[in-house]
Amino acid sequence: MDVVVEPGLEHQAERARSRHGFLMGLPTMIYLFVFFVVPLGFVVMYSFATRTRTGRTELAGWNVEAYERLGETVVRAVAFRSLWIAAVTTILSLALAYPLAYFISTRRPATRNMLLVGVMIPFWSNFLIRTYAWRVLLDSDGIFTRIMSGMGLGDGRILFTNNAVILGLVYGYLPFMVLPLYAAIERIDWSLVEGARDLYASGWSAFRRVVWPLSKPGVIAGSILVFVPSFGAYVTPAILGGNKKGLMGSYIVDQFMDARNGPLGSSLSVLVLVVMLMGTLIYFRQGGRSL
Amino acid sequence: MKKWMSLVAVITAFSIVAVACGDDDDVAQVDCDAGQTDGDLAFYNWSEYMDPELIAAFQEEAGVTVTEDFYPSNEEMFGRVEAGGSGYDMIIPSDYMVSILISEEMIQPVSEAAVPNKSNVSERFANPPYDPGAVYTAAYQWGTTGIGVDTGVTGEDVPHTWGLLFDEAVADQYGLSGRISILDDPRETMGAALKYLGYSLNSTSKSELAEAEKVVADAVDRVAAFDSDQYSELIVLGETVVGHGYSGNFLWDFEEGDSTYDYFVPDEGGTIWVDNMAVLSDAPHPCTAFTFMNFLLDAENGAQLTNYNWYASPNAAAEEFIDQEVLDNPIIYPTDMSKLEFIEDTGDFEIEYTDALSRARS
Repeated sequence: MDVVVEPGLEHQAERARSRHGFLMGLPTMIYLFVFFVVPLGFVVMYSFATRTRTGRTELAGWNVEAYERLGETVVRAVAFRSLWIAAVTTILSLALAYPLAYFISTRRPATRNMLLVGVMIPFWSNFLIRTYAWRVLLDSDGIFTRIMSGMGLGDGRILFTNNAVILGLVYGYLPFMVLPLYAAIERIDWSLVEGARDLYASGWSAFRRVVWPLSKPGVIAGSILVFVPSFGAYVTPAILGGNKKGLMGSYIVDQFMDARNGPLGSSLSVLVLVVMLMGTLIYFRQGGRSL
Repeated sequence: MKKWMSLVAVITAFSIVAVACGDDDDVAQVDCDAGQTDGDLAFYNWSEYMDPELIAAFQEEAGVTVTEDFYPSNEEMFGRVEAGGSGYDMIIPSDYMVSILISEEMIQPVSEAAVPNKSNVSERFANPPYDPGAVYTAAYQWGTTGIGVDTGVTGEDVPHTWGLLFDEAVADQYGLSGRISILDDPRETMGAALKYLGYSLNSTSKSELAEAEKVVADAVDRVAAFDSDQYSELIVLGETVVGHGYSGNFLWDFEEGDSTYDYFVPDEGGTIWVDNMAVLSDAPHPCTAFTFMNFLLDAENGAQLTNYNWYASPNAAAEEFIDQEVLDNPIIYPTDMSKLEFIEDTGDFEIEYTDALSRARS
């Protein structure tokens, strides 16, 4: 029996598939467009607009004044403090998450799933509520404070300090570090490690030369997922840090709420966006597509 | 994606936004009759400022439902309503914010026929500088901004000075470091520092404000929190020892604490403020709002409000119904008014205060 393959048929089928895919994705694309792309366009537009005497943003007299102000010392100080806090949060999260992810991915599948559910349990309650719970733990009578002072670490009260902010951020974003790390480590072909050991690599150098490079996409993905929200964090510094040392999130909110300076608030938002975009680009550059 | 499809999407999105942001610039003077209602009331108020029983009584009397939302600062309220279409009917702006709202045509003149009780407002508040002739507003409550102290910790003899917030030597002497909260409010916070330095809290001098900025900046490391919501709770919980805040809130929360407390306006002087009832220009239910305004200006209702929130009443007719202990309380009704100053709209200079506070904390 002769099978005549019409060259156009396969092509048609492919086009139909692509069309179906497009139609199925359309609602989401419209949603993202209306509620994400358009508002973002407004932010960019506002950043070039004019602030009136009373704090209204007028879409006229386009200028770059709001961007010039990004060079002021106050913006630099706020940006560097935010970067520093985000960096410390990321490093601490990585240090805590890596051993845990390693541990989980080397368990049996059933145990693994249970442990993963455990990592995700905090998500079952609201972030704001969990942050307020930390405030209770950290206040003068709090359990945390008592344990710390019991261990002879001063009066043990860290509420309303940067340490409390970092603690809150690490707590809040740790799962975002654990999950991609787990995904990366779990995928590692362990025979490669065996091979390394067979070739007389010590445990440490097997880790350093085999496991670590293979888990790097997870490290980078997790670091971005923790770094980006930490950089713009607003709730945690306000509740646990006493909102006193300016951070990017609260500085932007102040521009919109108190100063009613829409253009500056918008140009700051664009700045944050660029920083985050750069982070993401680095991620893709590093070939971290395997998330 | 096909080009025309994205084009259609762009046009649709922009027309949706354009409709939502449509400007209704024509401010219509609404005429309402006494007791007239035109729908349920959306009330935008400071937190912990209204007696729920009064709301219930009004709902009963007028046969409408009242929805109440809350804001922590004038600026935040302004940010919410300035774009228009907020859906709120009545707001409670403070003095200087009233000037701004009037100049922006965001509030409408009071419909006199619907608010006969306006005559109950005492003479002192009938012709305020921020709203000459009280055309747009009726005073709601007034009070002061000062310092609340846990005297159980500091002892009774604390000096009545802004130095409690700003002076390192005072902080060391009374063990205040890390136990201070300051309002997160540009005008109040910078104003307190200006007063500490002996200047007017309405200063429009850049050099005076720069000095004040330095005072706040030096204090940041001793401050636990910049907070406009929980300053009094923090003292009662024992997290802070001194707090910068509004008179009535301190009195309220100090009732619940186990320690002894004091509130005072420092000797250098402080803020007196008047909060006012105003109806937004784009209020969906202006007549209900004016009827509610009239209800609150009733002598007995006005007294009930003061007996509830412990802020002073601008309602002269209400005085006979206010509890004697409230009238006799010098914190609620200060005897020496000479050192108190109103915050005034400084126009172009307003943003300097906000920027100064941001820089002080950077």
